[in-house]
Amino acid sequence: MIVVIDYGIGNLGSVVKAFKYLGVPVKLTASPDEIREADGIVLPGVGAFGHGVENLEKYNLKRVIRELIEEGKPFLGICLGMQLLFSGSEEAPGVRGLGIIKGIVQKFDPSNVGKIPHIGWNKVNIIKEDPLFYNLNTSPYLYFVHSFFARTSEGDNIIGETCYGKQRFVSVVRSNNAWEIQGHPEKSSRTGLKILQNFSEVVNRWK
Amino acid sequence: MLTKRIIPCLDVKGGRVVKGVNFKDLRDEGDPVELARYYDREGADELVFLDITASAENRGIVIDMVEKTAASVFIPFTIGGGIRTISDMKAILNAGADKVSINSAAVKNPGLIAEGARVFGSQCIVVAIDCCRKNGNWEVYINGGRTVTGLDAIKWAQKVEELGAGEILLTSMDADGTKDGYDTELLAAVSTAVEIPVIASGGAGMPEHLREAIVEGQADAVLAASIFHEKTYSVSEVKEYLAGHGIPVRIE
Repeated sequence: MIVVIDYGIGNLGSVVKAFKYLGVPVKLTASPDEIREADGIVLPGVGAFGHGVENLEKYNLKRVIRELIEEGKPFLGICLGMQLLFSGSEEAPGVRGLGIIKGIVQKFDPSNVGKIPHIGWNKVNIIKEDPLFYNLNTSPYLYFVHSFFARTSEGDNIIGETCYGKQRFVSVVRSNNAWEIQGHPEKSSRTGLKILQNFSEVVNRWK
Repeated sequence: MLTKRIIPCLDVKGGRVVKGVNFKDLRDEGDPVELARYYDREGADELVFLDITASAENRGIVIDMVEKTAASVFIPFTIGGGIRTISDMKAILNAGADKVSINSAAVKNPGLIAEGARVFGSQCIVVAIDCCRKNGNWEVYINGGRTVTGLDAIKWAQKVEELGAGEILLTSMDADGTKDGYDTELLAAVSTAVEIPVIASGGAGMPEHLREAIVEGQADAVLAASIFHEKTYSVSEVKEYLAGHGIPVRIE
């Protein structure tokens, strides 16, 4: 069973629907006990970093997420759910993220990129072979919606990068069994469904 | 590189897709969920459903359509038509839509844009602007093109951006249904006046028109209905044409 963490933030349902469509058992829950029992965990979400951290704290989820990632349980962070795994964000100075990935989330500079947010389909250039991108081409398109992007000093953990205007940013990063994707696989048609399918296969192999 | 989005628009009435020409003469074009799946397979980047009945009594039918679409179509989609309150937005977004488009309600109550952006995030709030040329400018209309507002389209676009809209869906009523091409002057005027993405709407008759909307009109995305519904061109044909003219589009 894959658990999608329900932390009271927008756009959680689409990921659940995508797994259901794929025939993958899935549950939306905020219960730390149910999250502990899951074979794989997904943290989706769109919205503000500060609000995301606040809600994780409100539902007492920060600790359980950290523990399970350290245990090596397959984990997938999507969009805001990716950014929350970083140390912090310029969007909410002083607010601490989960700190699984060393690095900071920062705002796009309009002089580098043009319009903000970055909305639409863009390529992820896969720089390192990875089971999540199994059977996809080396630069698949994903749908993005975001105004902030992640920077990390953990260069070895970068799986994919994306260019928006003159800004190149980390769009897929992996730390052991925790994957973080800035784009939205649940909104990226066949490519996105394939990524979620690949994640469910990672989960099946792990359990 | 960020690609330009090609967006088929499905006008929906009583749970069925129809297409208005100059906002009149409706014709049944089929089941919205089936069409949505078809366009996803064809390579559409996003979809817009406009509920042209736009009445509160119709809400249940719309929610049902949104739920069915969200369960089997995995590209972003927007719902517009008759959305007047935060609770209308909530019902549609909770049913699985990615964005809501507001038009008349935004003009009557601009606070709805700010409140919607605050509650759901700017990325969920599309403001649709319908306008007509008048004395070298463009004037905003509401209520499906029946009521003139006296608002200047460019100033209104800047206002909706300031209030927190995430995107503007810009329809030229002069061009809509003509198949003679988008109003590229209007598009360029609005695109350069705001920082948020502008979706071109109204007038598509051939792939060349979509290219003009992107190149001359500086649109970030282009919406079209009849050329796709009538199968004059497929989404993939349009994309291949655009790619051949150096425009970045998603082709897989």
